[in-house]
Amino acid sequence: MSDKAIQVTGLKKRYDSTSALSSVTFSVEKGEMFGLIGPDGAGKTTLIRILTSLLDPDEGTCRLLGISVHEDPKSIRKIIGYMPQRFSLYPDLTVGENLRFFADLFRVPRKERLKKTEELLEFSRLEPFVKRRAGALSGGMKQKLALSCALIHTPEILVLDEPTTGVDPVSRREFWSILKSLKKSGVSILITTPYMDEAERCDRIALIHHGEILAMGTARSVIDQFSGSIFSVSGPDLLGLSRWFKRQLRSDQVRILGDRVQLNLFSSTEKNVSDLVKDAKASGQVIDAFGRENPELEDTFITLIAEREKRNDQTISS
Amino acid sequence: MTRPSPPDPSVDLTKNGLAVTVRNLSRRFGEFVAVDDISFDVKKGEIFGFLGANGAGKTTTIRMLTGLLEPSSGEGQVGGFDIHKDYEKIKTRIGYMSQKFSLYDDLKVVENLYFFGGIYGLSREHIRMRVAELDQSLNLLAVADRKTMSLPLGFKQRLALACAILHKPPILFLDEPTGGVDPIARRYFWDLISTLAGDGTTVFVTTHYMDEAEYCHRLSIMYKGKIIEMDSPSAIKKKYNSVSIEDIFIKLVDR
Repeated sequence: MSDKAIQVTGLKKRYDSTSALSSVTFSVEKGEMFGLIGPDGAGKTTLIRILTSLLDPDEGTCRLLGISVHEDPKSIRKIIGYMPQRFSLYPDLTVGENLRFFADLFRVPRKERLKKTEELLEFSRLEPFVKRRAGALSGGMKQKLALSCALIHTPEILVLDEPTTGVDPVSRREFWSILKSLKKSGVSILITTPYMDEAERCDRIALIHHGEILAMGTARSVIDQFSGSIFSVSGPDLLGLSRWFKRQLRSDQVRILGDRVQLNLFSSTEKNVSDLVKDAKASGQVIDAFGRENPELEDTFITLIAEREKRNDQTISS
Repeated sequence: MTRPSPPDPSVDLTKNGLAVTVRNLSRRFGEFVAVDDISFDVKKGEIFGFLGANGAGKTTTIRMLTGLLEPSSGEGQVGGFDIHKDYEKIKTRIGYMSQKFSLYDDLKVVENLYFFGGIYGLSREHIRMRVAELDQSLNLLAVADRKTMSLPLGFKQRLALACAILHKPPILFLDEPTGGVDPIARRYFWDLISTLAGDGTTVFVTTHYMDEAEYCHRLSIMYKGKIIEMDSPSAIKKKYNSVSIEDIFIKLVDR
């Protein structure tokens, strides 16, 4: 028995002329919560489809608890629970009927099914809504029902594709506390999310972009890879300031926040902040204050992607 | 017949520099009080964020301010027009974009733009000029002939925004505009919003993403129909001694 929940090695996948995954390698320990973050089109969903045996890779291997996804998809489907991005329950069936349907699909024996259903309804707090049609549930409740259906056959590995998109913050917190208790009970979890605060709750994350892992580790260690600096500048005319700085830097290095303009000086930026501020003032911009800010995960993410694209541009032009 | 020329955000339609004023506004649905006696002002050029869980009353408030729903009691003005009497006029002064982008999926990008421009009474020539102008920041024309349904979410979002601001509304309502959009597309989107606001458009936005609260000049947190907190993001963080708007929000509403 392998001790890794998920072991992905050298995974490659192309669609026609575009490369969806270019040699992706990572592993997830048993009982670990692993987050995949990346922009749309980064390859997250392709990776998940390969892991869940819905798609074959061009090259590379995937093993879940030591079992090859490619060679033994039937066994794989028994050990994983998968919650796809789109709500895929039957809106005309009630909460109870949906659970029953998934239990039958996974051939959960009747006795076990009753016990499991009760357990899932309790921990998702859906018990009072068992007779409500799934289509009439709120967004947060739908997500909890979808999660419950993915758990009906007691999988050891749970794969979640953007499970909390569009769900309000209170329901999001509740959903995460459910995930935490699952993790405690030993379930290994692979999750994709566009929310940086959720990424920070994972044990480890991988930043994925154009089918390639740009950084991997704990959220803290990924933030620590950020080698540039973040500054904020404030003044009476934030729009004017941001326009001026965008002419000096790349436009993705400058953003207006409510009361300040934030500059992301990549490590490769040649200009330093005091010179920039001096030049800005010299050209008539009014700056009341500027100071350093702590980088966040999103800053690291944006920077890694921007620097990678810059490097690609240089490769193409040289 | 001459078509009406579109309003321009640089023309001040509002009294005292206020784009929206609301006093003691309430809306009941039977026994249920969806919005309960709220009052606030939004200044011209301000980005005003409305935070709240589902069912807090955010959308009901937006529907009253956009002239789609009659208030049960209270007063309000939007762009200088009374929300009880002038709700049809209000519609000429506002742009509205919701999370369920109301685009026609089987129309091409350019067809959606002309369709919405037509609804606002703009001439084809006017739409053509305005689209060219918007294209400089929105980059839509590169995919002008693509069917809307085939576009990535971030793109649809920009197209929905373009359709909402074709007629240069002085006040823009955004109802959860960024759900499901990735961080890079979200930054780009907010850069556009900040630029619009800097040029004088008033932006009224609801969001689920607490980190987006940082882009707002002022926030109001709604809970069970009431506004329970309202101030700038930095003042709110100072008051509750926390760096995370999300933590403050959860503390306020999860009690």
